[in-house]
Amino acid sequence: MGESITFWVLAVVSVAAALGLVFSRRAVYSALMLGVVMLSLAVLYAVQDAPFLAAVQIIVYTGAVMMLFLFVLMLVGVDSSDSLVETIRGQRFWAIVAGLGFAALLAFGIGNVVLTAPKGLTAATKAGNVPSLAELIFTRHVFAFEVTSALLITAALGAMVLAHRERTEAKPTQKDLSRQRFVAFGRTGKNPASLPGPGTYARHNAIDMPALLPDGTVSPLSVNRVLARHEAEEGTLPPEIAEVLRQDELDREAERHSTPTPAEEAASGPDTEPVDTEPIHGEPIHTEPSAEAGPGEEPADAEEALTPGRAGRPASEEDGK
Amino acid sequence: MTTHYLVLSALLFAIGGVGVLVRRNAIVVFMCVELMLNACNLAFVTFARQNGNLDGQVIAFFVMIVAAAEVVIGLAIIVTIFRTRRSASVDDASLLKH
Amino acid sequence: MEPASHVASIIAHSGGAIGVAWLMIAFPLIGAAALLLGGRASDKYGHLLGVLMAVASFVVAALAFFQVLGFQPGERRRGVPLYDFIPGIAKVGLLVDPLSISFCLLITFVGSLIHIYSIGYMSHDPARRRFFAYLNLFVAAMLLLVLADNYVGLFVGWEGVGLASYLLIGFWQHKPSAATAAKKAFIVNRVGDFGLLIGIFTIFATFHSLAFADVFSAAGGASSGTLTAIGLLLLVGACGKSAQLPLQSWLLDAMEGPTPVSALIHAATMVTAGVYLIVRSGPIFQGAEAAQLVVTIVGVATLLAGAIIGTAKDDIKKALAGSTMSQIGYMVLAAGIGPAGYAFAIAHLITHGFFKADLFLGAGSVMHGMNDEVNMRKYGGLRKVMPITFVTFLIGYLAIIGFPLLSGYFTKDGIIEVAMEHNAILGWLAVLGAGITGFYMSRLVFMTFFGARRWEPTAHPHESPAVMTWPLIILSIGALGLGAFLIIGNRFMTFLAPAVGAPEELPSFNPFTATGLVTLALVAIGVAFAWFRYGAAEVPAVAPRGSFLTTFARRDLYGDALNEALFMRPGQWLTRLAVFFDNRGIDGLVNGLAAFIGGSSGRMRRIQTGFVRSYALSIFVGAALLAGAWLVVGNL
Repeated sequence: MGESITFWVLAVVSVAAALGLVFSRRAVYSALMLGVVMLSLAVLYAVQDAPFLAAVQIIVYTGAVMMLFLFVLMLVGVDSSDSLVETIRGQRFWAIVAGLGFAALLAFGIGNVVLTAPKGLTAATKAGNVPSLAELIFTRHVFAFEVTSALLITAALGAMVLAHRERTEAKPTQKDLSRQRFVAFGRTGKNPASLPGPGTYARHNAIDMPALLPDGTVSPLSVNRVLARHEAEEGTLPPEIAEVLRQDELDREAERHSTPTPAEEAASGPDTEPVDTEPIHGEPIHTEPSAEAGPGEEPADAEEALTPGRAGRPASEEDGK
Repeated sequence: MTTHYLVLSALLFAIGGVGVLVRRNAIVVFMCVELMLNACNLAFVTFARQNGNLDGQVIAFFVMIVAAAEVVIGLAIIVTIFRTRRSASVDDASLLKH
Repeated sequence: MEPASHVASIIAHSGGAIGVAWLMIAFPLIGAAALLLGGRASDKYGHLLGVLMAVASFVVAALAFFQVLGFQPGERRRGVPLYDFIPGIAKVGLLVDPLSISFCLLITFVGSLIHIYSIGYMSHDPARRRFFAYLNLFVAAMLLLVLADNYVGLFVGWEGVGLASYLLIGFWQHKPSAATAAKKAFIVNRVGDFGLLIGIFTIFATFHSLAFADVFSAAGGASSGTLTAIGLLLLVGACGKSAQLPLQSWLLDAMEGPTPVSALIHAATMVTAGVYLIVRSGPIFQGAEAAQLVVTIVGVATLLAGAIIGTAKDDIKKALAGSTMSQIGYMVLAAGIGPAGYAFAIAHLITHGFFKADLFLGAGSVMHGMNDEVNMRKYGGLRKVMPITFVTFLIGYLAIIGFPLLSGYFTKDGIIEVAMEHNAILGWLAVLGAGITGFYMSRLVFMTFFGARRWEPTAHPHESPAVMTWPLIILSIGALGLGAFLIIGNRFMTFLAPAVGAPEELPSFNPFTATGLVTLALVAIGVAFAWFRYGAAEVPAVAPRGSFLTTFARRDLYGDALNEALFMRPGQWLTRLAVFFDNRGIDGLVNGLAAFIGGSSGRMRRIQTGFVRSYALSIFVGAALLAGAWLVVGNL
């Protein structure tokens, strides 16, 4: 009876979580949903006389694999969320039809099988679940076990090989970087000096306070976009900074209309936040136009324009190195 | 009771399959694959109890190992692709066609 | 008449010149190989080597001839076995008997003279070495043809002669007309060769052997129908090689080759191969009356056709070619008559070899002096500037028209007499041919050597060098006396009798038969007519249009037009039909199939979107379908 209650509760939870995994827009939510499913299954394993597997499920899956997923998600851009607009014609319809059909067929097949009462594992695990499993693994399945060890080593090596990037040229020295800056200055007039730190000439020595120019106005270069966005959301954005940002936006708008570049044109879809080029970090980030990107779709308000491209940031950092 | 476990397993498997087909984010697709593997593991464990035989659990154990290895490599590949293409969408890697 | 009883049996022989008879073939063959493989290195001495090989071959032939003469008449057929080519079927061996040794003497002697003559004639040609190589190859092939003791060897030589003639006619292959003529000769010869080949197959199917000895000894036992078939097939081969109707068309065009080639191939030797074949296969023809009749008809038709063509040609070589056709027609006529005619056929063949080579080489000498001009309307009055050429040419001319006591008089009149005895119609037609011969040969001589000088301003005729005139002189001596030597007292007939048989009653030479006198009168009329038209009167520089008959003769009796209408046009239609069928039918089917597959593939490839999710979907749907099928099957 207790098993039935556990099963039904967890079945509902896991199916719901699985559906959430599939249909949530944000990858992080999907990851969390997957964690819920895995934990539910771990409990179900435990209920079904598999305490060792339940532990492994929690340790390996929820502990290691899930963390790996989340780590990669953070690396790739935690904010990026998928559009749920299907681009391949008929893909979603047929996928759902096939999924339902598959599930129905399997369920029908399983339902048709006449099963006796479960034999239970008490006879098989006289010495306890773990020793019995161990005995099997190290006797009958010892070869497979050894092969899996080779597999794991290979996987670790493979991951290292894939993640490693060979440096094909010498690391730029301070001198090189300095020369680059001045070359850029000569070519485009970009300021070769370092950006003014926040708080310079300010009344407060704080990161959220922009630097002031000698005439007392705010230096647009020193405005911290991330903080400004949060402040705009909270409604605590100081008016002078808002004014600067608006001016900034207008300038950029004018520039965009005069010389539209593909990188700027490449705005993300309605779900993804627009990716901005970052003049501060030098190189513009090259972004691939995503499939659902609407042409001429531009951020409507200053707030969206403030948003720094999450997907772009780690990339620019890696490019710089 | 076994039937219920198996149906649950089938349901989860089908949901995972649909997820693989409809999601474009490679990481989410990967999660759905993991979901399918877990569904299989549930079936193995259920059959182990049904038949009074520990082999099912051993197989489930091996599946977990393989899944772990697969996740490591798969995610490494995704990171590598992302590094060059700036995208984690499976639809963007569509050059191999007519 | 039972021919086999007259033919002596073959005695195996090894020793003396006969034992090494194969050297006759080997010498020129080695010469050809050395000259062809030697390359430019042998340019300097190539012509001398060629002449040396031809003369060496002649020496062997002469020695063998005297050795044959030394035997009793019944023992003069000597077989020289060489080796078993296909055991039991084809033995390679040579047959030295009066017939073949006569041919060998003619071929090697006239051939050697022509070789010598060519040294002078081709002295300015950069490819003289190659020319001599081909000449040697030709002589070797011709000797193999006549010396072989079986039909396989004969056929190999036959084909070798065809090849060599192709190479020699097209020797100046930079001239399109020469290349075309070579191809024409080769193709027309192929038609004849095909007949010969089928004839040889039939012989093997009938007699299970291809050796002359086996075939001829068994020929009496075969049915008349089979022999007729074989005879007609052999006749097709002979027609091709000897330019007899209806396969005559190649001979006139073959004059595109250098003049020594015309002399060697188209007068003295190659065209005689057909006569040789008919005479050699005598036992077969004697068992087939119908085939013999066809042979004589072909001979008479050709002798008249050649004579008529000869009357209308302004090209000196083509006029001589017409005459060759005509004279070969006489030989074929005689050969078709049987043992009574064989000796005359071969005798005429030999004397013709001399005087026709003499005439051709004389014509070559004239051309040599006239900047290779061949149009007789631009000759005239040459007797003064080319005295030696003129005299030798005159002897050849008198010989061919049958001037009393010269060679042609004995041999040709002999043929006419035999034909008259055999069949009066054939005889009278042959007499008519002799009259026409008198006309066209006189026309040729008068236009060339007599009358006003109608030369091109650039022409500076001169006598040819000694290396060219000496062969002319020697040949004209043969043309003078050889006929009398062979015919008087039936010398040649007796000599040939062991090989081909002889009539039971040897003819006695009588110069005053009615036929002979009528022939002489007709020839005299022809000569007088020619003198009236071309000797005394002005020869127009451009040929007058002439009557329908003239056009008929000028256009080779419409032989080419006939071939064109009968074979070329239908052949072209057939090929066009085949091309049409190929393009529309086969290609259409294949292309249509390809287009269908291509088109459907073009649509099918749209399935390959490149989206991995599409592929995964198809896998998933497939898995679902399989699961469904498995369930259905499992529940059945």
